[in-house]
Amino acid sequence: MALLQISEPGMSAAPHQHKLAVGIDLGTTNSLVATVKSGMATVLQDEHGHALLPSVVRYMPEGEVVVGHDAQAQQSADPVNTIASAKRFMGRSLKDIADRAHIPYNFVDSSDSTKILQIQTRAGLKTPVEISAEILKTLKARAEKSLGGDLIGVVITVPAYFDDAQRQATKDAARLAGLNVLRLLNEPTAAAVAYGLDNAAEGTFVIYDLGGGTFDISILKLTKGVFEVLATNGDSALGGDDFDHRIYCWVLDRIRESTSDFNPLSENDTRLLLTKARQAKEWLTDNHEAQIVCRLSNGLLVDVTLSATQFVEFTQQLVIKTLAPTRKAMRDAQLTLEDIKGVVLVGGATRMPQVRHAVEEYFKQTPLTNLDPDKVVALGAAIQANALIGNRSEDDLLLLDVTPLSLGLETMGGLVERIIPRNSTLPVARAQDFTTYKDGQTAMSIQVVQGERELVADCRSLARFELRGIPPMAAGAARIRVTFQVDADGLLSVSAREQTNGVEAHVVVKPSYGLSEDEITHMLKSSFGSAEADKVARMLAEARVSAGAIINSVTLALAADGHLINEQEKQAIETEIQNLQTVSQAEDAAAINKAVDALNHATEAFAAARMNASVSHALSGKNLDSINL
Amino acid sequence: MSLNYFELFGLEPIFNIELATLESNFRKIQSESHPDRFVTAPAAEKLSAMQQATLANEAYLSLKNPANRAKYLLELQGITAISETNTAMPTDFLMQQMEWREATEDAVSAKDISTLDSLLAEIRVEAKSLQESLTSLLDVQKDYAAATDATRKLIFIDKVSEDINRAIEQIDI
Repeated sequence: MALLQISEPGMSAAPHQHKLAVGIDLGTTNSLVATVKSGMATVLQDEHGHALLPSVVRYMPEGEVVVGHDAQAQQSADPVNTIASAKRFMGRSLKDIADRAHIPYNFVDSSDSTKILQIQTRAGLKTPVEISAEILKTLKARAEKSLGGDLIGVVITVPAYFDDAQRQATKDAARLAGLNVLRLLNEPTAAAVAYGLDNAAEGTFVIYDLGGGTFDISILKLTKGVFEVLATNGDSALGGDDFDHRIYCWVLDRIRESTSDFNPLSENDTRLLLTKARQAKEWLTDNHEAQIVCRLSNGLLVDVTLSATQFVEFTQQLVIKTLAPTRKAMRDAQLTLEDIKGVVLVGGATRMPQVRHAVEEYFKQTPLTNLDPDKVVALGAAIQANALIGNRSEDDLLLLDVTPLSLGLETMGGLVERIIPRNSTLPVARAQDFTTYKDGQTAMSIQVVQGERELVADCRSLARFELRGIPPMAAGAARIRVTFQVDADGLLSVSAREQTNGVEAHVVVKPSYGLSEDEITHMLKSSFGSAEADKVARMLAEARVSAGAIINSVTLALAADGHLINEQEKQAIETEIQNLQTVSQAEDAAAINKAVDALNHATEAFAAARMNASVSHALSGKNLDSINL
Repeated sequence: MSLNYFELFGLEPIFNIELATLESNFRKIQSESHPDRFVTAPAAEKLSAMQQATLANEAYLSLKNPANRAKYLLELQGITAISETNTAMPTDFLMQQMEWREATEDAVSAKDISTLDSLLAEIRVEAKSLQESLTSLLDVQKDYAAATDATRKLIFIDKVSEDINRAIEQIDI
């Protein structure tokens, strides 16, 4: 765990100390880590000079875990213990995986179809969250080695079209890897930041992001360091992998044509052919034809030639599939093609000429490709991480992102009542009142769903919870207010409250097919494997760090803005500070955390007063904008 | 002390607001209150940032959209534009709406997106003229009864546009 250095209250630490924060692009095919060094965003390389870390995790016989190129090299030899593209399974149950017959892993068939997906490996059952955590741990180690210190926090990118379950799974993976997540950032927004700042771009831009396994389209308005997402859309199960898969199917057809006795492929052969397919796809970016040659385990020699024309032909449907979300985003943003100043291509799959042509044809302009489509997302994440941690001067970067999918709940007849429409700017909160259906009804089951369809059955169910203790009344008399809040990470929490007697229920949405809190705690314990005494010491150290941080920050705030509250309120805060200082001397982590909570609580009104003051200050024209110029 | 949405953005409470000022003041407020500015702050500050930023987003949405803005101005006058007991509409307006809905259904069964797009354009023209009369009714004449009728029409028109957009989405795959 990262330990912050805190000086004595009242004495500020070294003013220009650079805090370590990185941006991580956790990709389907490749992952990267980047940071800002002396004002420049840079991708960090491993000891062999590789920037890209293949998102492949291999569980070794001796219990070791290998991540990256070495794992990728053994994919065909050891397919069931070498997991690639785990991102495709994040926040998904087995029934969501359409083409699993062609995926060479031992998925565990659970009787409960809503349970989190698991893969049987020689190291035991692994969830996509744990597999992703191995990739994050590798990048964390790379960053800490390269930067020479512990990371204070990270920004991790996710596809803009990721739903709540997929976002939550990503955050869980970061926790397992021991990372402090400053923010989940949408990949196209990250790309826009890197592109926009680099080119001092102003106006409305489209980010077309076709990655290994996901497709996003985002439309942003760029004005003086403000990146405002107007609309986003996409397909979280469409990417470069699908083009590999089409080549793989084409090769299978050729094999079937040439031989009569053709048995189902072994896992090793499936992986081998998928790898050959990927290589052929990459080769066809700059060449007219690709030769695919390999020998299968039964001795059969495969030797076929694929022309670029054939490839374009049988992947045309995939390219077309990206245009419907594109049109939806344009319509949601209420824009016409003439409004678009530039189209930025992101993601390795946009290297394919047929993708470039389709984008060019639709937008009637040449897409912008002057940034490396593999790196631009990580660079943007690094810039955002640097800004969030406070290394960048305060008022020159602001990201206003949106919810990709509508959120609602189930009403009578399995219909969806939309509470928060898609493309609402974050953070957003909405409340709606509901009532009972039967006389004397005392409980209500609330099912939270995400998606655009009218029927609950066609949307993704995020969670179900119950509000009990409603006083018995005639049908339709009770008033139950359900409030949805989506935070800046795009994560939802829901609360319900009966208005007449105040019965309340609150859930932070934890998807039914996600990991439970207990499971995460258990995984964390087994991964640290440390003695009980170590754990106690670590908890105490962490509690003291957060105590020091809040005392420092409240003390500074009181010195600057103490006049905003009366003596009595000030006294109450100072009492809690003293109490926290006393408790921090002792060895009881729980008592320290409690005192931190008490101090936080005591400062709520003060924090709100400071917020009001800074907002009205901003509008009075005396803000930093005019001074900085 | 709680500010109304116009006060929050430092705007005069009128229908014909300067959208550029609304936009730039919205950004100034978000620059101060967005949760990204408080990632490493204590919990109390994070909470107040979240609340302020949420309010600013809600207020911005209410003032940016003309139908919402008119509805909100009427609320400040104590008038609820849309209520369960107040649903009467002039017959000619209802007829026009029915025509739009029928044309939408026909175009949907014919999977004819360009007809739907021209319907949307036609509706936008109608919305524009309602907005012009709202400027005069709300800001000049202060005829709130007539403004309420116009606002309700505008809200209905928005709803029709939304439904057409949804219909386009169903057939554009």
